[in-house]
Amino acid sequence: MAVCVAVIAKENYPLYIRSVPTENELKFHYMVHTSLDVVDEKISAMGKALVDQRELYLGLLYPTEDYKVYGYVTNSRVKFVMVVDSSNTALRDNEIRSMFRKLHNSYTDVMCNPFYNPGDRIQSRTFDSMVTSMMIQVC
Amino acid sequence: MESIKCELPLPRFMMSKTDGEIRFGNPAELHGTKVQIPYLITEKNTFKRMDDEDKQETQSPTMSPLASPPSSPPHYQRVPLSHGYSKLRSSTEQMHPAPYEARQPLVQPEGASSGGPGAKPPRHQASLIRSFSVEREPQDNNSNYLDEPWRITEEQREYYVNQFRSLQPDPSSFISGSVAKNFFTKSKLSIPELSYIWELSDADCDGALTLPEFCAAFHLIVARKNGYPLPEGLPPTLQPEYLQAAFPKPKWECALFDSYSESTPANQQPRDLSRMEKLSIKDMADFPVPTQDVTGDDKQALKSTVDEALPKDMSEDPATPKDSNNLKARPRSRSYSSTSIEEAMKRGEDPPTPPPRPQKTHSRASSLDLNKVFQPSVPATKSGLLPPPPALPPRPCPSQSEQASEAELHSQLNRAPSQAAESSPTKKDIPYSQPPSKPIRRKFRPENQATENQEPSPTVGGPAVATVKPHPTVQKQSSRQKKAIQTAIRKNKEANAVLARLNSELQQQLKEVHQERIALENQLEQLRPVTVL
Repeated sequence: MAVCVAVIAKENYPLYIRSVPTENELKFHYMVHTSLDVVDEKISAMGKALVDQRELYLGLLYPTEDYKVYGYVTNSRVKFVMVVDSSNTALRDNEIRSMFRKLHNSYTDVMCNPFYNPGDRIQSRTFDSMVTSMMIQVC
Repeated sequence: MESIKCELPLPRFMMSKTDGEIRFGNPAELHGTKVQIPYLITEKNTFKRMDDEDKQETQSPTMSPLASPPSSPPHYQRVPLSHGYSKLRSSTEQMHPAPYEARQPLVQPEGASSGGPGAKPPRHQASLIRSFSVEREPQDNNSNYLDEPWRITEEQREYYVNQFRSLQPDPSSFISGSVAKNFFTKSKLSIPELSYIWELSDADCDGALTLPEFCAAFHLIVARKNGYPLPEGLPPTLQPEYLQAAFPKPKWECALFDSYSESTPANQQPRDLSRMEKLSIKDMADFPVPTQDVTGDDKQALKSTVDEALPKDMSEDPATPKDSNNLKARPRSRSYSSTSIEEAMKRGEDPPTPPPRPQKTHSRASSLDLNKVFQPSVPATKSGLLPPPPALPPRPCPSQSEQASEAELHSQLNRAPSQAAESSPTKKDIPYSQPPSKPIRRKFRPENQATENQEPSPTVGGPAVATVKPHPTVQKQSSRQKKAIQTAIRKNKEANAVLARLNSELQQQLKEVHQERIALENQLEQLRPVTVL
């Protein structure tokens, strides 16, 4: 149901970004990039609060006319950004949360691979397949 | 699997159809792969220690079919490895000349290659020979070949297990991610491929390899080195459950897999459960803590047992690097347990501390000003505690006038707080029967009060009348009372003496401390640099 999924490292460079191929992918890349500012703002708003209290799910970062952008940040400051189609009104917050949870679990599985260096692009096929399952079905 | 089935038969068909093409095509291809294998196998052999006899056995049966096509499918599997092993011998001859010398006569076709240790051309020749032999073998094995590449043979299995043991002595435990990474990196496969192989073989994604996972990964690596493309998913014959169940269990393997089959799926949870149980037990023990030192000791015992348990679990899992992500519950439980232990200890320690506090005892470390301040009050406070007992002994003597005793009593009470204990013994003799003072003394000397309360109670009723009326009866009672009083007096005198001695000793110490202080102050003044205005 997502149109674009991106995993961004702590230093704000993308570890993984994948969009529905029909659309202009550059547009999605740009949206993800701009959403990083919002993510940082939300993180810093928590400010001095303990990490435990900080919510991992950031919620709707900002809506555009066509799309909504959701954010999620892990405890190691790795950010997941998801762009969904606004026309898909059936999507509820819980579903977005569950999608992020799946993303997070797959990400940790990738991390468990000793051959994966943190900071490398994610090339895991299981991760790819999981993201594919989440992406919108392209007719 | 379909892709494999599509791709793998191709070489076979080629081989079976035209020998000419095969000899031309395959040697080059196999040659290329075989060249890689020596490096692979030689490096793997650096770990290999006890495989030689096994390889010997595998070598001899497989060497013979070089001339004649083998009948059993696994031979194809064995051949690539046996080729590796043959080169292994030739190359390792330099490294381990002694054990291999005996084997050389067996390996006759290698005679040419073994003569030149580490020489590549002989190897190539050997590889060409091997490749030709390889062609012949699979020709008859088309039917069984489909799932064979992903099926681990007995010899391969033993080899993998031995390699596993070289990395991890306990066959039922894990190989950590970093150890496995180092090991597999020596196979010279590319990192993405190794990453993918790991992804396939680490079924539970815990960052560590169990024995079946390790065998699957090793097998995939070997297959990849031999040119087989990696599958899209883990083949069913390489699934950990399959690998555990499929293989027959000779002697040690039996024990190995029995222990192993119990282990990973079951033990992970019991380990976590056991930890959580210990946590819960400890927490249970902690929370209803009464303010006693005994519970503190219990907690320490608990803590020590938990600490013992934790290192044991750690030793069971030598894969320490995997802790970060993999067993998420475990690190959390450990940290949680540690914090709860600390909290428990704190809780346990807090309650017992109050009792020692109330006394204003002065250690030498305390400021001397305090000592000075409290010095006049020290005897006062001490006597404040002490005097009540000495004040008790003047027990009511019904024979004497109560008024007089009352007056004396009051005066006694007034003087007691301000007097030293030495003066108290003199007061004991003063009889005393006044009820108003009894409540005070009851706090300190309930026993004496109990005995003496009996007497004053009849006498309390009529202060003036009692002196007249109950004279005969009072006299009888008074004798008894006198004896009781006298014993009480004796006891109090002894107590007083002890306390007096204690007091004198403490005052002595106080004087000494004062002297020390004076000396130190003098020294300080001497040492202090002269402060000029």
